[in-house]
Amino acid sequence: MTATVEERKATNKALIDEVLKAYPEKMAKRRAKHLGTFEEGKPDCGVKSNIKSLPGVMTIRGCAYAGSKGVVWGPIKDMVHISHGPVGCGQYSWAARRNYYIGTTGIDTFVTMQFTSDFQEKDIVFGGDKKLDKIIDEIQELFPLNKGISIQSECPIGLIGDDIEAVSKKKSKELDGKTIVPVRCEGFRGVSQSLGHHLANDAIRDWVFDRTDPNKHPEFVSTPYDVAIIGDYNIGGDAWSSRILLEEMGLRVISQWSGDGTIAEIENTPKAKLNVLHCYRSMNYISRHMEEKYGIPWVEYNFFGPSMIEKSLREIAAHFDDTIKAKAEEVIAKYKPLMQAVIDKYKPRLEGKTVMLYIGGLRPRHVIGAYEDLGMVVVGTGYEFGHNDDYQRTTHYIKDATLIYDDVTGYEFEHFVDKVKPDLVGSGIKEKYVFQKMGVPFRQMHSWDYSGPYHGYDGFAIFARDMDMAISSPVWGLTKAPWKA
Amino acid sequence: MSQSADKIIDHEMLFREPEYKDLLSRKKAHEFNHSDDKIKSVVEWTKTEDYKQKNFARDSLAVNPAKACQPLGAVYVANGFAKTLSFVHGSQGCVSYYRSHFSRHFKEPTSCVSSSMTEDAAVFGGLNNMVDGLANAYSLYKPDMIAVSTTCMAEVIGDDVDAFIKTSKQKGSIPEEFDVPFAHTPAFVGSHITGYDNALLGVLKHFWDGKAKTTEPLVRVPNDSINFIGGFDGFVVGNMKEIRRIFDLFGVKVNIICDPSGSWNTPTDGEFRMYAGGTTKEEVVAALHAKATIVFQEYCCEKTTKFIAEHGQEVVTLNAPIGVAGTDKFLMEISRLTGKPIPAQLEKERGELVDAMADSQAHLHGKRFALYGDPDQLLGYAAYLMELGAEPAHVLATNGSEPWAAKVQALFDSSPYGKGCKVYPKRDLWHLRSLLFTEPVDFIIGNTYGKFLERDTKTPLVRMVFPIFDRHHYHRYPTWGYEGGLRVLVMLLDEFFEALDGNTMDIGKTDYSYDIIR
Repeated sequence: MTATVEERKATNKALIDEVLKAYPEKMAKRRAKHLGTFEEGKPDCGVKSNIKSLPGVMTIRGCAYAGSKGVVWGPIKDMVHISHGPVGCGQYSWAARRNYYIGTTGIDTFVTMQFTSDFQEKDIVFGGDKKLDKIIDEIQELFPLNKGISIQSECPIGLIGDDIEAVSKKKSKELDGKTIVPVRCEGFRGVSQSLGHHLANDAIRDWVFDRTDPNKHPEFVSTPYDVAIIGDYNIGGDAWSSRILLEEMGLRVISQWSGDGTIAEIENTPKAKLNVLHCYRSMNYISRHMEEKYGIPWVEYNFFGPSMIEKSLREIAAHFDDTIKAKAEEVIAKYKPLMQAVIDKYKPRLEGKTVMLYIGGLRPRHVIGAYEDLGMVVVGTGYEFGHNDDYQRTTHYIKDATLIYDDVTGYEFEHFVDKVKPDLVGSGIKEKYVFQKMGVPFRQMHSWDYSGPYHGYDGFAIFARDMDMAISSPVWGLTKAPWKA
Repeated sequence: MSQSADKIIDHEMLFREPEYKDLLSRKKAHEFNHSDDKIKSVVEWTKTEDYKQKNFARDSLAVNPAKACQPLGAVYVANGFAKTLSFVHGSQGCVSYYRSHFSRHFKEPTSCVSSSMTEDAAVFGGLNNMVDGLANAYSLYKPDMIAVSTTCMAEVIGDDVDAFIKTSKQKGSIPEEFDVPFAHTPAFVGSHITGYDNALLGVLKHFWDGKAKTTEPLVRVPNDSINFIGGFDGFVVGNMKEIRRIFDLFGVKVNIICDPSGSWNTPTDGEFRMYAGGTTKEEVVAALHAKATIVFQEYCCEKTTKFIAEHGQEVVTLNAPIGVAGTDKFLMEISRLTGKPIPAQLEKERGELVDAMADSQAHLHGKRFALYGDPDQLLGYAAYLMELGAEPAHVLATNGSEPWAAKVQALFDSSPYGKGCKVYPKRDLWHLRSLLFTEPVDFIIGNTYGKFLERDTKTPLVRMVFPIFDRHHYHRYPTWGYEGGLRVLVMLLDEFFEALDGNTMDIGKTDYSYDIIR
């Protein structure tokens, strides 16, 4: 880390040039636009984003079904989500995401279950609408406490011309206006998980908001302090360790989108006074809609690490009165000793350690503050499915000369880590074992490597413990056998 | 606050703290859930015979199936060949899912690429994706072979993979002579074992039958070697070691066709190896000339078996034999085919296994088991259970056929411990949940998804089926061979002892039975 900023920029450029050599020329030209080095003062990271992956390069991305069923709808706990199509998509995403919830699974909540129409050849040939109709009846009979059904389309649905909207409307009518939501999140749509988020948001707008009687929950009484947490999927309990801070601030959280979320919370969200948005990428769409249609302002916030939390608490409080502003200061003060103790314990061991990140649509920038609170340095980051507005926002988090890689390929990421030799890599399950075998400590930053929560003050202590544990494990000293040169 | 820097608590304990208990109870007011009484009454109803009848009357909805789709099996096959890159033609989401599914089980990287077809490819076809995809994959990952399979999308729009590969070669994506075996693997037909079969057939067809009509088919010149095909196996790392050891002890020249045990077991020594081990092209070619092929899992290789037989070999099909008689049969087939005697070492191991079974039989005798998984595997486990005097009361395979079910019934009929046992083809784990309430058993043999059944019915789960995500390194140990039988025995016993100890440690109430010697 004694290299100057200019030296690092040059090293990065050389690294990128090296990596591009491996591609056929036409492809190298296209990939070149997704790789770069951040120049301080620029409005974005200088890379293209949100476009098709090149075929055959080992992109890390998923598809629209993952963005809709996996990310947005799946965590809504009191609805049944049908993976509509062949068995695979639902199977591989069955309980794989740690969007925690409270409930009696199979009875009043259904998150960790796999509901599928298990499409067979005859369904492809003759269509699946009749089957879907029957499926809804079977769900009603066997899972009577479900509060709604969503239909998450897999690739074949859009290709064979099924009319899931007609089935949804028909069954909803038959079932006295039950919430039945068709979602056109077929995997071939868009270029990544991202369009799936958008389609999922639109489906909430069209099939929940626009069809819900505003007086559906007359018992609900508004207060001036009602807020909704938007875009927190409660990974390992993240939304709970965030919610507690908002409540301590004197706010009333009326809804969580969508970790540990319920359909009633979603239906009541238009009554919120403020939407606080954590994952901008996946839920900016519905936030903008609620602002437009219901006049609800929204504010992006960041609960990773004490510096960001402090800033966010004040920013959120600024939307409310002096009582809330004073309470926010109390909350900040209350947790200062815990934060100082965590930093005193872990910063000396982590100071100066370098990190390379590659995550989805928010965390490639959002977690940087938490690392910096521990004295760590993020030297490279990139998004699977970020858009240009994410890369713009990233400029406020990263330092000059940070290596940037959009929709990184397996080949590129391996090469970058091999040359940059960071002390820690933060990415996903498909990357973890590659880098550990190279002797590089690794923490999964989608699933929190089965740990968490990482949001909020309570979460920061766990984050610090885990980053330290990963880097300081004795195993990294054992990778070279003593008899090897 | 409950969090402290000295004693950091995470999701396991944090949310049991009073401030979070309060938070969760405040949240409830916004959920507008059903009443506790209503919830309780439905909970109880799901345990009844009435619910079971309605549950079994389902003909459209699948809930918690115990199967995956074809391309998963195709990726497994590709990883079983030396320096071979798996290439799935179609939507890219699928590939990420296959990779994460295998990686969560093996705790290893799983390489695979997609041709990343998107909406325009749905309209115009995926030719360009194949052309560019093969070129990119070849340049970046430098494989010796690329094995192509397909996702739903490519299948529904009818992409002609054979033609696309040929066009790609014409356009210079890859050299003309570069091996690209392929298979059509539609996810709406069969399951992951069907994909294994189709993909393996694709590889054999490619090498034996003239590489998609681009060269002369090979001519078989029979010799004394034999082939071994393991099938889709979540314990392949431990099992292939055992299989190779067995053939070594016999002194037999064996071509093991499709061996991903190297690819899913590379060391952490500072170097990432994208390719490791696997069946070589020479071995695939040599396999044509073998005297016979042993197919260890019949239902993973139905088409492949027919193909090999048509090429003049004797094919011995087994059903993942586990335990004493099953392994005896396997070894006696090797002996019969090769003329070599059963090695003394293996006979010793047989005796050691029988010895272990005799030592422990009292604890498993009469115990009722529910088991689910792949068809062949279930035949193997059911037979072994009956050797232990245990009862495979419920045997369930979501991807099991009627002929398979008949085979299971015949197995039941062959032993007094099969009396009253039932087989359930094409049922799922929500069906099994009903059975565990209406006809309870002592233990479940299944995969990680069975933990939901354990939670709901308090029936202990033994993880001996793919995938296993929430226990580590089981796949490194065999379940096949006498050694594997011993490992399976210990797993069954450990679960029994854990359950018994757990049930007898209530101080002053039940711990009179908390024996130190069992």
